[in-house]
Amino acid sequence: MSDTKQGNPQDDGELPRPEVRRSKLGLSLIWLVPIVAALVGVSLLVSHIRSAGPHIGVTFLTAEGIEVGKTQVKYKNVVIGKVTNMRLSRDRSHVSVAIDLNKDASAFATKGTRYWVVRPRVGAGGVSGIDTLLSGAFIGADAGDSDEEQTDFTGLETPPAVTHGAPGRRFTLHADDLGSLDIGSPVYYRRIQVGRIVSYELDKDGKGVSLQLFVDGPNDRFVSKDTRFWNASGVDVSLGADGLKMNTQSLATVIAGGVAFQDPRGPHDESPAPEMTAFTLFNDQATALAPPDGAPHYIRMRFEHSLRGLNVDAPVELLGMKVGHVVSVTLDYDPQTKKFPVIVGAVIYPQRLGKAHEKLLKAAGGDEDSAFPKITQGLVAHGLRAQARSGNLLTGQLYIALDFDPKAPKVAFDPNAKPVEIPTVAGDFDHLQEQISSIVDKVEKIPFDSIGKNLDGSLKELNGTLKQVNTDLLPEAKKTLQGVNATMGTANDALSENSPLRQNITNTLEELQRTVRSVRAFTDYLGRHPEALLRGRGADAPAPVPSTSKQGKEVQP
Amino acid sequence: MSELPRARELGMMGCHVCRLVTAYTDDPKARCPRCHSPLHVRKHASLARSWALLITAAIFYIPANAFPIMRTQSLFDKDDNTILSGIVELWRAGSPDLAVIVFTASIVVPVLKFLILGYLLVSVQRASEWGARRRAKLYRFVELVGYWSMLDVFVVAILSALVHFKVLSRVEPLPGVVYFGMVVVFTMLAAMSFDPRLIWDKRKSR
Repeated sequence: MSDTKQGNPQDDGELPRPEVRRSKLGLSLIWLVPIVAALVGVSLLVSHIRSAGPHIGVTFLTAEGIEVGKTQVKYKNVVIGKVTNMRLSRDRSHVSVAIDLNKDASAFATKGTRYWVVRPRVGAGGVSGIDTLLSGAFIGADAGDSDEEQTDFTGLETPPAVTHGAPGRRFTLHADDLGSLDIGSPVYYRRIQVGRIVSYELDKDGKGVSLQLFVDGPNDRFVSKDTRFWNASGVDVSLGADGLKMNTQSLATVIAGGVAFQDPRGPHDESPAPEMTAFTLFNDQATALAPPDGAPHYIRMRFEHSLRGLNVDAPVELLGMKVGHVVSVTLDYDPQTKKFPVIVGAVIYPQRLGKAHEKLLKAAGGDEDSAFPKITQGLVAHGLRAQARSGNLLTGQLYIALDFDPKAPKVAFDPNAKPVEIPTVAGDFDHLQEQISSIVDKVEKIPFDSIGKNLDGSLKELNGTLKQVNTDLLPEAKKTLQGVNATMGTANDALSENSPLRQNITNTLEELQRTVRSVRAFTDYLGRHPEALLRGRGADAPAPVPSTSKQGKEVQP
Repeated sequence: MSELPRARELGMMGCHVCRLVTAYTDDPKARCPRCHSPLHVRKHASLARSWALLITAAIFYIPANAFPIMRTQSLFDKDDNTILSGIVELWRAGSPDLAVIVFTASIVVPVLKFLILGYLLVSVQRASEWGARRRAKLYRFVELVGYWSMLDVFVVAILSALVHFKVLSRVEPLPGVVYFGMVVVFTMLAAMSFDPRLIWDKRKSR
């Protein structure tokens, strides 16, 4: 298929003719090389674009530990992206970190996703993120539920205590102050940690603190609608009738604080509390588990004497039951009497009276708020009086005792006054004085004169008796004693070692011994030779044992 | 200037393989009557081949620089380095001399080769007569220096073989080094397929 022009170098001395072969060479194949290269390049580019996930930006307060090109974004310790760029915000208040997420991590570029920097953290609750000591910090991620796309995020400064989708429930606690609680503080149920504090914030009115806590499943089912929460922080030392008692949840709570919860004793609503139920955070277990106080009622008392030793928070007791506490002690001035009465404000919880309260309510009728003055009026009419009594002899602390004094003079009671004013009687010290004076009265009534006369007569009689005893009885007794002494001496002589009586007795006893020996020999002989009774005693027999052998020998031959 | 005659002017051409001198022919499909290897006055399709290979090399030069070529892994750290970041790191780590060497071998030389080859090809196509001798020198330089730009590949290969202490530290080659090797190979091929005689071709027609 090739038409060749063959040159012959030999015949004409010409140069050899090159031979030409026809082939179907079209365009130079070499162009395939750059085309393949371009294809490779394009495929690389395409795969790079395809593998590139969303591009997001996260702002943090500080870039500590974050390195461009190195710091990874991890979810459950799986790398889902990488920090590609970092810059300071224009107002220098924070750092913007650009992150390239992987293709399959596009779910992390949605609303609700949280980002935070994982650094080694040492807290009272433990050490976390220790692996980052070696590998360097990384950015943790936690996806949200939403599908809505979002590319700009604000990073959290502390790792979230609860990862999204973790089983469990959140609850809200209201407390007066935060105490030693912090985010991450443990929540205990029967001294087992079942959750932690997630966040806290001041209430909008600034009068309290709201805490959010998360109880991990499945233990969240133990939180019922009636569950009581209390602050388990620190050491609870109480000195009671049964000695010194120290109560803590765990060593960690002593340092870091914690919250414990438990159901109240007795029957209660056991249905599980729904998410975000609000509870009150009590200060200690005893108050938490006490029956509910109900609505507080304010009362006022006016004392005419010094109340040194009465503090705010001092208990108010009704017949020994603690029903409330003092909230204020202030001085008033009465221009008419020119005296300084002490006004004591107190809050009482009628529900603490339990059954009595219910019955009183029923009797008074109406709802609790309107019935309270009416009930109080009735009680005051029956002699209810407030009195400051000394509760502690050592410290002189006073408490307010509400007690019934039937002898108390009647007082006017204004049921419409707010707050209700309860009449008072003189305090404990005055009471003591009264008692002393009554004692003195009684002492005065004792008939010391006649007692003295009687005593005198009796003493005289006693004197006469004693004289008689001395003159008549004593000499006689002396004589008797002497006689006894002489008898004892005779007896002594008779029984002494060398007395003939004693020697005689000894001899007689020896004689008796000998007699007994002869009788035994005789009975022995009779035992061996009963015939002797008939035949009389034979010749002297030899000693018994050898004699039998001799006799045997004599019989044999 | 006195020009010596060229083989073509004498009606001759030579076989590149068995060196047989034959009569001149224009036919691109001519073959040596003795060894049957293709005969051409100039390297076959030199310009097209050089261009194609040069473009290929240029294409591969992009991933070679964009992709990391080496991963150094130590107990605390894992580091992917591209050629440029490796140079920056070397400079920062306090060995600017090494950085300069690597920079020269990996960046300057390939880029110079692209530029010189491109310039040679363009000037040949435009039949420029300017500085023919200098261009010949450039060509020789390109050919000579070609294989030395494998330095980077060489470094990675040696490091991966030497530094292999499992957990403690390890060096691994990454895809970038393959593309870089291809850049070097293709620029060498481009330089080889360029026929320096083309530089002088037009001179005669003057």
